[in-house]
Formats: sequence, structure tokens, C-alpha cells
Amino acid sequence: MTGPAHIFDKPNRYIGKPEPRADAARLLQGRGRFVDDEKLPRMVHAAFVRSPHAHAKILSIDTEDARTSTGVIAIYTGADLAEHVTPYVGTLTHMAGLRSAPQHPLAMDVARWQGEPIVMVVATSRALAEDACELVDVDYDELPAAVDSETALDADTPVIHPEFGSNLAWERDVIAGDIDAAFAAPGVHVVEREFRFGRHTGVTLESRGTLCDYDPSEDQLTVYYSGQAPHMMQVIFSKHLGLPEENVRVISNDVGGSFGIKIHTYGDEIATAAAAKLLRRPVKFIADRFESFVTDIHARDHIVKAKMGITGAGTIVGIDFDDLTGIGPFSMYPRTSAIECNQVLNLTGAPYVMENYRAKGRVVFQNKTLMCQYRAVGHPIAMAIADGLLEDAARKIGMDPVALRELNLMADDSYPRTSATGMKLDDLSHKRALRKLTEIMDYQGLRADQTEARKDGIYRGIGFVSMVEVTNPSPMFYGIGGAPIASQDGATLRLDAGGALHVSSSITEQGQGTNAILAQVAAGVFGVDLNRVKVTTGDTATTPYGGGTWASRGAGIGGEAMLLAAQALKDQVLEVAGVMLQTGVEKLDIRDGAVTDLEGNERLPLADLARTVYYRGNELPNDLNPELIATRHYRVTDFPFVFTNGAMAAHVEVDTATGFVKVLHFWAVEDCGRVINPLLVDEQIRGGVVQGIGGALYEECHYSPDGQFMNATMADYMVPMASEMPDITIAHIETPTKTSVLGAKGAGEAGTGGAPAAILNAVNDALSPMGASIWQMPMTPERILTVLDKAAE
Amino acid sequence: MSRSIDIKLRVNGENVSATVPARLNLVDFLREELCLTGSHVGCEHGVCGACTLTVDGDTVRGCLMLAAQANGKEITTIEGLADSGQSTALQAAFTKRNALQCGFCTPGMLASALGYVNAGGAADRDAIRQHISGNYCRCTGYQSIVDAICDVIEETRT
Ligand code: FES
Ligand code: FES
Repeated sequence: MTGPAHIFDKPNRYIGKPEPRADAARLLQGRGRFVDDEKLPRMVHAAFVRSPHAHAKILSIDTEDARTSTGVIAIYTGADLAEHVTPYVGTLTHMAGLRSAPQHPLAMDVARWQGEPIVMVVATSRALAEDACELVDVDYDELPAAVDSETALDADTPVIHPEFGSNLAWERDVIAGDIDAAFAAPGVHVVEREFRFGRHTGVTLESRGTLCDYDPSEDQLTVYYSGQAPHMMQVIFSKHLGLPEENVRVISNDVGGSFGIKIHTYGDEIATAAAAKLLRRPVKFIADRFESFVTDIHARDHIVKAKMGITGAGTIVGIDFDDLTGIGPFSMYPRTSAIECNQVLNLTGAPYVMENYRAKGRVVFQNKTLMCQYRAVGHPIAMAIADGLLEDAARKIGMDPVALRELNLMADDSYPRTSATGMKLDDLSHKRALRKLTEIMDYQGLRADQTEARKDGIYRGIGFVSMVEVTNPSPMFYGIGGAPIASQDGATLRLDAGGALHVSSSITEQGQGTNAILAQVAAGVFGVDLNRVKVTTGDTATTPYGGGTWASRGAGIGGEAMLLAAQALKDQVLEVAGVMLQTGVEKLDIRDGAVTDLEGNERLPLADLARTVYYRGNELPNDLNPELIATRHYRVTDFPFVFTNGAMAAHVEVDTATGFVKVLHFWAVEDCGRVINPLLVDEQIRGGVVQGIGGALYEECHYSPDGQFMNATMADYMVPMASEMPDITIAHIETPTKTSVLGAKGAGEAGTGGAPAAILNAVNDALSPMGASIWQMPMTPERILTVLDKAAE
Repeated sequence: MSRSIDIKLRVNGENVSATVPARLNLVDFLREELCLTGSHVGCEHGVCGACTLTVDGDTVRGCLMLAAQANGKEITTIEGLADSGQSTALQAAFTKRNALQCGFCTPGMLASALGYVNAGGAADRDAIRQHISGNYCRCTGYQSIVDAICDVIEETRT
């Protein structure tokens, strides 16, 4: 189905326009409301004693001195809270075979990663709570740790959950065609590489935090939550604290970045809610930066042995790989920690026509921080495997990497179709995206420049990626497996007496501009000025029920719900107007805050209509029951996900003396369907690219062999800074998805998913004259020098 | 550790007297005691720049200075910059360029940008990138921030 043209073309449309965000002003004046900005009467503060060991038996806990420390209100151990909080297990039924053990908010008798919360201290200030933590004496018996994922399954590695008999959490094989026969066929070249993707983490600038308030008179828990999925957390607090769902209210005001970090069940946050309930007063917990590093979920940490077969003429015959990933000691609740590996198995090579495919994924437990879904889940790995091998193969057969892609990318007119792994694909534009990319970057010019520069001993490289991104997930993502995670979202619009719209939505704002695009859709489709729309999101008590903002679903799913609700409200208002004006509704429209005729001549201001309805109903016929409020919900049907595609390129310079990589420029052509607001989407894609560059060049959680996180400070864990980042050129192709009227797909994760592969390819292109190549991220100067030295030997 | 110190200072043009624990840092004092929550805390050790504010006209890290050291000083936070109109041009440019997403880095970024603009910094992208490299932003690609600062410099100097 395609939308009636007038939604997108009428005079006061806003969809597609670079409207600045209304809520920018608040944030620019220091008037944001982040969790740590909230203060409540009688509020107290939590701090945690955390395990200094990666794996240790807790022999005893002595809290006596701490209890008498200044300002201390309460101290809880794992056993104390276990009486009030039921344990949780991070498994889902559709991830067949996935195992994990029950988790408690505070460790019970064994600590399984450095940083795991052991004891909670509540005091009148955070500083006093920390002072008391110093006085808690925990006696540990340090156990040998399973740290390295490569040895996690070895017989002499300690088994973290003895009841499972091994450290294997999950495994899956995906097979299509006959890869062995394809690789053995005459004239087929096989390239083979071992990829290593370092562990990294989200580093939201605002650390995780929560303020929980409990009112025993109404058995009501109110949680101020820095996160992405308020309704999911409502269920989790309800279920594990034994409260009726309707007695839990979760409020997310301003959220200082999330990127998938703030969408999971963290023991310290659950403990904070439990303490609020037990103490019958507000308790605040704000993670400090060290706590963020050692407890926020980590991601990636994959070792992949991969092969690609290609004919001399450049046809890809198949991909074969084995992915091993370490997820920490538990699978995260409730989304599980097998999803990233699953995405790698599903998405690798998805842009390319390919008959033969074999992939094995193994997910193992280890004594490190838990791993789970961080921005672009699995995508950077999947894209780097396929496009890294593709460019390696291009070098091998002496073919230009763009020409090789042209040959193998799925044709733009070949959809709907499936990928080798069975993913349903539609409305993609790989070839157009690649052509547009090579145009805007002046590919031939850059190649000429590269050749010239090499003569002067300057090694520049150009690297590409053609990618897909999973967006707008359907119930097949989580709901089907039993997770309390809504796949549909709702929107409500109310016409107020003054002619303004009050709208609310179950998707959430973490800086993407959610509220801005909701207002644009509402104003444009209904027909009022943008500044007459007030938006409410992030509150389980006042918004429709829904999933929130993650997996690049906000605009596509929440935006469509808003569009449908705006149309419904418009129909309702026109029905009233038709009666009041004694005119057929087919002759009326709403524009600029007034009911008009089809030529746009004003017939009745909306405020007059609304005031009549609300104040002077006596002027209306008795059988007219006007509804000036409408709610609609939307979910994706027919497809498990709505895929987007993009083509990206990096231009880098490698200093062969220092190993230092400078990214000179980056280009991204993205097809996220209909663009609702280019101003917002462009910078969001850039931010995603920068996180992808971070993963490719800088970011890594370093662990010692005994499981100590060695660089858990902002000074030691390197996130990209302004001076290191290139200018990033963004261009769009708009192939609206046919699954909705709005036609919007997600865009939030593309940059993070695609940039690492493009950077990898660019670096290897730069290194190719030396016969060197690198397959490990981050590509640090030291690692680059190592591969250069090896090539020189 | 419970030692307290009496301080007198001016914050956003108002006189403030307080008795503060010796170990309390300036940004926590402003946030907790004065409820000026516009200054943010991202790392507490001088790396991220989220706590950047103005002390006697200089751009400083609020987490690296003790409240006690602010005795006798003139502090301007993001709230003060906004109310006095000092940051009006930057606010407009940040809005127009969408130079913020979550907004957590924004108050510190604005204070740093204002320091650059007021010191007569050039509309030179590399120089601006260098200057704001002590302010981490995890959401934007920094490009829109650089664009916004350039805009303000170009507008005020032409
Ligand atoms: S909080 Fe002061 S620099 Fe990060
Ligand atoms: S806008 Fe989120 S950290 Fe800069």
C-alpha cells in the first residue's frame, strides 16, 4: 500500500523537512532533566561494594563497622535481597538451546566478574555511602577464572556454572547449498582470514542511573530511569519485586545517550528499587564511570575464521565461517546475549547473491563483564567478514573492489527476495547506493591521488562496505521468545480547546529527535503548525503501551502509529466540521490550524471547532458524539524485520613509521526509506559512523589473564575525539518500505554497523603495497606496525 | 574527611555563602547544593568535559576544582550563560545545525565553544576540532558542532 500523496505534498507538510528540534533549547540552556538532576524529599543514596576478582567464592561478609558509619541507613547483601527479589534468567524460547543460570541483583555465594555487585550500602549521601563501602569486609576465596573465549571450552578451563558441564551457552549452524563443493570447483579462488573484533562498550556520556521511589500507602513504585524501554522495565520491576504491573510507573525524562546500553536488567538498578521498597523512601543510584565500565554491557568480542570463494571472473560462490564469542558469566536478561552471534550468522553477506553458505556460531561463558546488545548488534562483524573478504578476494583476482561489488550485489529490481540465510529482503537499493557513493566521493580522482601519493611514500587507502541494517523489528525479534518486550507502538493525539495538539507515544527519546519527528508527523498529517504540537514520551503512566526506542525502530514503527492516529483524528474532526458547516467531509481539509475547503480557504479555525465541542455542546446535534482524541497502534507484519541498505567509503592515510591511521574523509549513502527529518538523521548517521570508527581504531576493553579490566577509565579507554574525526558526507536514497504508509525505516545504527568494515578495507588498501594486511580491531598503531614488520620479514 | 570550610563566592551573578566539606568538588557543589544541574558529570577526572564551566572568565573543569577553591571567585554555569544572553548566538547555531542529540555533553561543549569564540578563535575547522577535543560527545559526529561554532564566528566577524 502507498500513502495518498497529499500527506507528503500538502502545503504545511513537515515530513521530509530539516526542522530544528524544539527540545534543543531546553538542553542548550542547562534545563534538561536527567535522572541525577531529580531530587525527592527524604531521598537517600546507594553505593555498592563490588567484586575485585573475576571469579571468587564469597566466604563471609562483615558489615558491622559499616553499619555504624556516618549517614548509613541500610546495608544489604545478596542473601538479604534474595528474600525480596526473585532471580531472573536470560534465556528466550526462540533461541533454542541457549542456557544461562539464575541471576540475583547482588551476588549470592560466588562472584563471577570483576565489578559484580556484592553489597549495597544506602546512606544520606553518595560520599557517605562510599565511605561505608570501604568498611565492609568481604572475605573471598579467589577461584581460577575462565577469561579467554578461545580456551573457554577446553577441558582444563574452570566451568563457571558446573551444572551445565561446560562453558557453552549456545551454538547454531546455518547451512545453505554445498560450500565444500563450491570451493572445490575448478577456477574458484578461496581467501581465508582470521578476524578478531575487540570487546568494547557504549560509554554513554551520562552513566546509568536510577531514582526509585516507593509509596507504601498505595504500594506504588515510581522509577526515574535513564533508559530506552520503560514498559519493558515496568514488567521486570513488577515481576521480580512482586508488585502489580499497574503499580509500577517508569519515567524516562532526558536520557544522556543509550546506544543499547540502557535497555537491560542491571543488578544495581534492581537492588535500588528493592531498597526503595524496603526503606519506603526514594533511593538514588548513579553509576560512576568505573562502575559503568565494569558493569554496563560490553559488545563484540568475536573471533571469526572465515573463507570466501570467488571465480576468476569475480562471482562470489560462497562464504564459510566459524564465529566464537564470549558473553561473560550470564546471558543478559531479558534480551539474552546470543542475539549478536545470531545476527552475525544471519546477516553476513546479505547484500550479495550467493548460493552457498555455511556458518557456525558458538557463544561461551567467561569471567568478564556481561555482553549484550549494543548499537548495530552483530552488524560490524557481519559486514567486516563479508566485505573484508570481498576486498581481499578483489586483490587476489586483480579486480577493482567497486567492480566486484557491482557484479555480486543483488539487483535493485530483484526484490522481494531472500538472502542465502533466508532473510526476507525488500525495497533495497544496493547498486544505486554504490553508484551514488562513487560519484559523491569522486572515486576515480581519489584513486589517482592515491597513486601519486604512493610515489612520495604516502600510503593512502580507500575502503568500501555495502551493507544491510536490521530495523523496525516485528514480534519475531523478542516477543515470540517470551520476552516482555512490545513490538508494537501506540500514538495518541488530542485536539485541545485552543486548537493545539497534545500527542503522546510509546517510543522514547534519547537524543535522536524522537519527539521532534513525532511532532512533524502529527503536525503535517493532521494539519497544524509545528509549534502547536506538544509531545509526551517516556512515561508508562501517560503514554500508550509499546516497545520504546531500540533496534532502529522509533521512526519506522512509532512514526507510523503517529501517522495513523493523526489521520484518524483528522477524520473525526472533519466529521464534526462537516456537521457544523453543513458540508460534506469530502469537501473539507485541515490546514494551518483551520478547517478549510479543498482549495485551502479557511472555513473554521480548529480552536472554534474545539471550543464548541468542549464548551458549547448544546450547539451540536444530540446524536453527534465528537471524539477529539484518537489512538492508533502499529506493528510490522509479513516481515520479521525491515532491512535498510547503505554504501559507505573511508579514505585513510597510514603512517608506516608510527602505525597511526588518520581518517581523511568518510562518505555514507544510506537508504532508510522515507527521511522524516534530514537534519536529524544526517547527524545521527554521522554519530553512528564515529562510534564505528571508534570500534575500528581505538576502543577496546583490555583484560588481564586473570580477568581484571585494565583500562576502565575514560582516560585509558579511548573514545573518538573531535580532532581525530573526519568530516563525514551523507547522502540518501529513499526507497520507502511498503510495510507502512510513512515508509520510514531505521537509520540509527547503520554508521556503527558499516564504518568498521570500510575502515578495515581502507587500511588494508593502504597497506597492500607492502604486502601487509590487518584483520584485528581496533587497528591500533602497535598492531599495524606488527603486521608491517611481519610483511617485511 | 568531615572537615568543613566556609566559602563565599558569586554564582551566575548572585552572592553565595556556604559551608562545604573540604573534599566536595565544585561541580557537585553547584549541582547538589545550589541545584544548578545544567553542569554534568561524565567522568569525575577531567577527561570528558561534561562539567566545563567558567570561573573568573576562564574555562575550567568543575570536577577538577574543589568547592573550597572557588572561594572569592565568580562562577558562571550554563544557566548563567543562558540567562545573561552570553550564549544566545551559540544556542541558535547549535539548534540550527542540530549540534546536539542527548544534550548531556552540550552545556560543557557550549562553555568550551564560548571560550574559543571569546578568545577570538578563527573559523578554522581543524583548530575548532582541536579546541573541543577535551569535550567528548558520544552522540553526534562532532561535525555539526564544528559547523555551529564556525557559523557563530563567521556571523559575528562579518
Ligand atoms: S566530569 Fe569533569 S571532565 Fe568529566
Ligand atoms: S549529544 Fe549526547 S553526548 Fe553529545
